[in-house]
Amino acid sequence: MIAFLQNLIDAVSLGSIYALTALGIGLLFGILRLINFAHGDYITIGAYALIVPSADVTARLMIGELPLVVMTPLICLIVVVVALLSDVLVFRPLRRASSPTLMIASFAVSYIIQNGVMMFYGARPKAVDLWSGANTQILIGDLRVPMLQLIILVVTLVLMAALTLFLRKTPYGIQMRAAAEDFRMATYLGVRGNLVIGLAFAISGILAAAVSLLYTTQSGSLSHTMGLPLALFAFVAVVVGGMGSLVGAVVGGFAIGIIVTMLQAYLPPELRAFRDAFAFAFVILVLLVRPAGLVPSRTTFERV
Amino acid sequence: MGALLTVDDVHVRYGDLVALREVSLSVAQGEVVCIIGPNGAGKSTLLAAVAGGVTPWRGAIRFGDVDVVGIRPEVVARQGLSLVPEGRHIFGTLTVDENLRIGGFIHKGRADAKADYERLLELFPRLRERLNFPAGRLSGGEQQMLAVARAVMTRPRLLLVDEPSLGLAPRIVDQIYEILLDLRRREGLTLVINEQSSNRILKHADRIYVLRGGRIQLEGRAADLADGEAIRSAYFGFGSPATLEGVAP
Repeated sequence: MIAFLQNLIDAVSLGSIYALTALGIGLLFGILRLINFAHGDYITIGAYALIVPSADVTARLMIGELPLVVMTPLICLIVVVVALLSDVLVFRPLRRASSPTLMIASFAVSYIIQNGVMMFYGARPKAVDLWSGANTQILIGDLRVPMLQLIILVVTLVLMAALTLFLRKTPYGIQMRAAAEDFRMATYLGVRGNLVIGLAFAISGILAAAVSLLYTTQSGSLSHTMGLPLALFAFVAVVVGGMGSLVGAVVGGFAIGIIVTMLQAYLPPELRAFRDAFAFAFVILVLLVRPAGLVPSRTTFERV
Repeated sequence: MGALLTVDDVHVRYGDLVALREVSLSVAQGEVVCIIGPNGAGKSTLLAAVAGGVTPWRGAIRFGDVDVVGIRPEVVARQGLSLVPEGRHIFGTLTVDENLRIGGFIHKGRADAKADYERLLELFPRLRERLNFPAGRLSGGEQQMLAVARAVMTRPRLLLVDEPSLGLAPRIVDQIYEILLDLRRREGLTLVINEQSSNRILKHADRIYVLRGGRIQLEGRAADLADGEAIRSAYFGFGSPATLEGVAP
């Protein structure tokens, strides 16, 4: 029982990371119909921004050395700027392009960022010790909970609550939801398309920056491809949850985190190497039963 | 009287398909102009072109003093032109209240957005009862009212309404026309309305254009076209057999 709870905590913590990443991808998909595979690379940029640019294997902290209240906004700012630049330079000229074209463009952005990181920081993974204190364990009854996992969960919940408040209560949030539902109609009513899209990129940048910090603290290593698996699993989470639904993205993120962790824990050891194959088989199963995802975005029924 | 809207020799193409050709029309301040024509005549394309949703291949569109060809819809909307598109395009997952407020965001910071909101709810008591409903759950007639109210929240000088009667019961359509004409009286709104059939519009419109096959076939004052004969032949493209009486136009 204790072992299961321990695994569950691991699962929720991994699920949080996936949920945050999936939210960033889902937000842009909702408004632009863009499946942004470069989102993982925004995370990579946020992580590398913590250290001094050099090809050394041991990373020296730069921004990562600053106090948390300075470091966090600074990393967010850097990632937001990168996200906005990718919009202005790549996606804005493709505004009228089809969804697949946009997706392929996002692959290009992804490769450009990866190669840029490789040029400045070298191709070898680096060890980095961002916040060793976060790994202290807290005893809750018989459970040993690493403090970091609690922090990850709390940060995720806070960010989700903040995003919900923004989308429900602020004029720009309402405009973003309108644009996600019917972009053309929103512009007919004076909603500034590029502003709303820029906002979506900025928010997805902030979400990516949060993942940068949490994930780097947890993994203790950097690599120029570190964002790829995150983006891939988050994309799967978005699909499982239901394309175009933010609640779906979160549900999907947690679902994938739980599945992956539980498979890792309970698969017979000789099958563990195939964990991801089992995870994706499960995804296929979900989509066979619920093709529109766990939380389909069109919950409204149309009446004439 | 200076024209509020001038469409001059506009052509619109979708790939190889020519949706509008040599379309010219003008709308004066305070007029109610109706564009009638069969399905596929290009009526919706014409309104979309005026509202900035479609860029003409050739021709000029002036709204007030501004040339609006090639200008984004949100910028055209800020000039005081609002489109209620065919099929209403309500934001179904947003509440009625949010749908309405979207229209007012252009005038953020102005106290009268709130006043507009209250005034429109006076006009549409049905909407007030359902403010916190997801708009997708409204009936078709309520959705059409919301679409009109939402557009008026942008404080347009010119309101374009694309087939307001589509799929609605005649009684509801009467209500919607009543409100549109009321808005015109109270706010000096200029109206351009697309319809497939002319029997209702002949009563209300000042002038009528008949559009078929992407061309203007006929233009005239509603009073002069009241017997419907000229409209029928322009609409169908041939002289009207008596059996068509009361069918389409």
